[in-house]
Amino acid sequence: MQITLTVNGKQYSNDIEPRMSLTQYLREVLDLTGTHVGCDTSGCGACTVSLNGAAVKSCTLLAVQADGGELTTIEGMANGNEMHPIQKAFKEHHGLQCGFCTPGMVMTAANILKDNPNPSEEEIRHGLEGNFCRCTGYHNIVKSIQHAAEEINN
Amino acid sequence: MGKFVGKAVKRREDARFLKGAGTYTDDIKLPKMAHTAFVRSPYAHANVLSIDIEEAKNEPGVIAIYTGNDACGEFGVPCGWQVDFKNGETMREPAHPLLTKDKIRHVGEAVAIVVAETLEQARDAAEMVMVDYEELLAVTDPKQAMEAGAPLVHDQWEDNAAFDWCIGNDRAEVEAALESAHHVTEMEYRNHRVAPNAIEPRSYIADYDVNADKWTLYTSTQNPHLIRLLLCAFVLGIPEHKVRVVSKDVGGGFGSKIYHYTEEALLTWISREIGRPVKWTSDRSEAFMTDAHGRDHVVKSKMGFDKDGKIVAHLTDEYCAMGAYLSTFAPAVPTYLHGTLFQGVYTTPLIHLNVIAPFTHTVVVDAYRGAGRPEATYLLERIISKAAKEMGMDPAEIRFKNFIPPFDGVEEAGYQTQVALQYDSGDYHGVLERGLEMLGYEDFRKEQAKAREYGKLLGVGFSSYIEGCGIAPSAVVGALGARAGLYEVGHVRVQPTGKVSVFTGAHSHGQGHETVFAQFVADKLGIEMDDVEIEHGDTDQVAFGMGTYGSRSLAVGGSAIIKSIDKILEKGAKIAAHKLEAAEEDLEYAEGKWTVKGTDKSISFGDVSLTAYVPHDYPEGLEPGLDFSSFYDPSNFTYPFGTHIAVVEVDSDTGKVDVKRFIACDDVGNVMNPMIVDGQIHGGVVQGIGQALLEEVVFDEAGQMINASYMDYAMPRADDIPMIETDRTVTPCPHNPLGVKGAGEAGCIGSTPAVVNAVVDALAHLGVTDIQMPVTPQRVWKAMQN
Ligand code: FES
Ligand code: FES
Repeated sequence: MQITLTVNGKQYSNDIEPRMSLTQYLREVLDLTGTHVGCDTSGCGACTVSLNGAAVKSCTLLAVQADGGELTTIEGMANGNEMHPIQKAFKEHHGLQCGFCTPGMVMTAANILKDNPNPSEEEIRHGLEGNFCRCTGYHNIVKSIQHAAEEINN
Repeated sequence: MGKFVGKAVKRREDARFLKGAGTYTDDIKLPKMAHTAFVRSPYAHANVLSIDIEEAKNEPGVIAIYTGNDACGEFGVPCGWQVDFKNGETMREPAHPLLTKDKIRHVGEAVAIVVAETLEQARDAAEMVMVDYEELLAVTDPKQAMEAGAPLVHDQWEDNAAFDWCIGNDRAEVEAALESAHHVTEMEYRNHRVAPNAIEPRSYIADYDVNADKWTLYTSTQNPHLIRLLLCAFVLGIPEHKVRVVSKDVGGGFGSKIYHYTEEALLTWISREIGRPVKWTSDRSEAFMTDAHGRDHVVKSKMGFDKDGKIVAHLTDEYCAMGAYLSTFAPAVPTYLHGTLFQGVYTTPLIHLNVIAPFTHTVVVDAYRGAGRPEATYLLERIISKAAKEMGMDPAEIRFKNFIPPFDGVEEAGYQTQVALQYDSGDYHGVLERGLEMLGYEDFRKEQAKAREYGKLLGVGFSSYIEGCGIAPSAVVGALGARAGLYEVGHVRVQPTGKVSVFTGAHSHGQGHETVFAQFVADKLGIEMDDVEIEHGDTDQVAFGMGTYGSRSLAVGGSAIIKSIDKILEKGAKIAAHKLEAAEEDLEYAEGKWTVKGTDKSISFGDVSLTAYVPHDYPEGLEPGLDFSSFYDPSNFTYPFGTHIAVVEVDSDTGKVDVKRFIACDDVGNVMNPMIVDGQIHGGVVQGIGQALLEEVVFDEAGQMINASYMDYAMPRADDIPMIETDRTVTPCPHNPLGVKGAGEAGCIGSTPAVVNAVVDALAHLGVTDIQMPVTPQRVWKAMQN
């Protein structure tokens, strides 16, 4: 099937198998390997991307469902060499260790802050409910998002 | 302390990870790379009657299908540690084949592998492989596995024991002391099985280059050199110098990526068969079925006390599951990494532990963050808290009463335990005192009493842990059954311009070595961190290494690097003396230059480096170059310790446990980067809380893991956990140059019993004295009703 979509501001058109997941499309067809796969039951959030402005788990969507859509992946978060405030905050506050959950965490954080620019700790934790991190114990991820919120609001 | 050591330097590895530019194994794509899918047993115990691959072979895209009847069926992966029976009988070590041809011993065991052009084609064809099984009765519980008539995992032996083992004082003596003790506290429970669950699933690519007759194996391992050694010398019998193992970015390990897995060897073999690169990446269901699990001890224990609450004796019997085969480090976990910690932080004069390690019809059990030490700590810290309740003592008081007095390991000797080890240095009072201060203990007790009046159930739990890290002195572990040395290699190459490349055999899969190692290297040489690069995870780059686990990277790997830097400074001084026309003894090295003492005559590190590579005006007889590699074999383990305190609230209607506060006051020796140490503690603590409250691998009667997905296996999520309050004391390790003890496992070792102690404390007035982990709402609710 032919699909056309915009990823990180660039338009792509590809002929793909209907059963291909959006994650696979990003990783295998577009070589955007920053979107990770941690599970097969939409439980870990490592694959989170933004589709038409909303965070989605790309492993649960077929690529064809994103046809005509506008996507942002982790590779599209920085502005050239200038990291997004969320990325900066993760670095500043040690919000990552092995880095495997990180792209999903950053994309989810962006979604949390888009809907709620001033989230409480509880709201942040609630917003991260769909994302597993096995390394950080979430402490510094929550801290990073709190600081990113401050940074963006100022 | 220098310019960088001790500071919260931000990590240099973060930029690539944050941009999605890390290179995890599954991110690698090679030209002409084939893909694979396994055919795995749905049964825990079965005879394989037949395997029919004919139809599958003709599926589109299929390149080859292999079963245990092919040549790879002759190979098996070895165990890396030998623990013989108490009576001298050799450990029972079954063959662990890459593909099984006749007998299935756990769900998920592989019977065939399909190699195809695409992953989808491989998976489609794998569906078409027809296997006839005859299902047999299975046993998954280690204690039941030793009952008469239990189904045998390996029928060449008369029972399921892989070995048995004991440590400590004479059993009869310990029993006699318990007989005459003023008070004896007893416990029986299961330190249940959990799944490590690194978020990156295991992934391997093997690439055989026929023209060079060389292999490259890209693998998500914590341990590239050991994998190469096992793969070459023990499994496939291929020359080690023809194999390069690359393990760059790895998405977490927690032990589960230490071991040499069958899939790694099988792919390496297949790549030569088909003359193409070949990839396999586990999916999560496969990970639950095939990654080594952790813990799984069935425990029965007694601790005796005198009338003042001092421990007089401790006796424990355990059944510790090995799983269907013996994984790389499995026999060491419930023995030398477990029994040797039974002294804890207490002066217990008599200790005896007896271990029976049975095979079970489950995936293998091996080291999971802490490995044997969390199980030891759980036992000691639960039983001492239970004893305090029974004897009407305060849980902090009973600990203070029993602590080993402080010793620095320099002026005061190390502490010789009853269970083989000699602790390096410790101040166990200090961390508990600080922990109580952080908690505000007195105020808490008042709050708790008041809360009870309103029907609110608050509890506090303590855990005073110690762990043996910095693994390990080779001769010691060799005498204990290790089939490898556990030293580390640190290679420091000074470039002609004075820039420094460091090659380490330690492996980072989240620990931040690229940053932390550069911090102390830069300080030691008095240069900028930007002038230091850290390389790891490639056997062609690094001479040798034993990888990262057992909180060993800094204590052992860091020490090896320091050794090489010492050699560089020694040789550099010779060159500097020659250039400055001074005697070597008259020079001092600081801030990146050699200075003639008491003068302003000096030469920089960069100039000396250049001279070493352009040796025109050069000391006679001295070799050019500034490049040294060192092996460091530690003289002892290191012994980090600390106090963990949990405050919980139990919902009296639902039994749900809410962790309100978690306090961790740890002593990991000197700290290179406090931000990273705190991060290690946070992560470990949450894994420990996970085991206490949420996580458990559950098998049904037939040996199926019934919660083998992220929907069913309850790992902690962000909203299950509070912020972690951390602080530390610093008792340097006396026997390594950096004075470090290791921080990777501490969080996971201390936290679990603290949480369960807190739950029991919250319910104590209802007569609850013990509760089985994981402390689910259902269990709490039941305990409250009784
Ligand atoms: S890979 Fe999508 S949720 Fe786990
Ligand atoms: S940083 Fe490793 S899983 Fe989150």
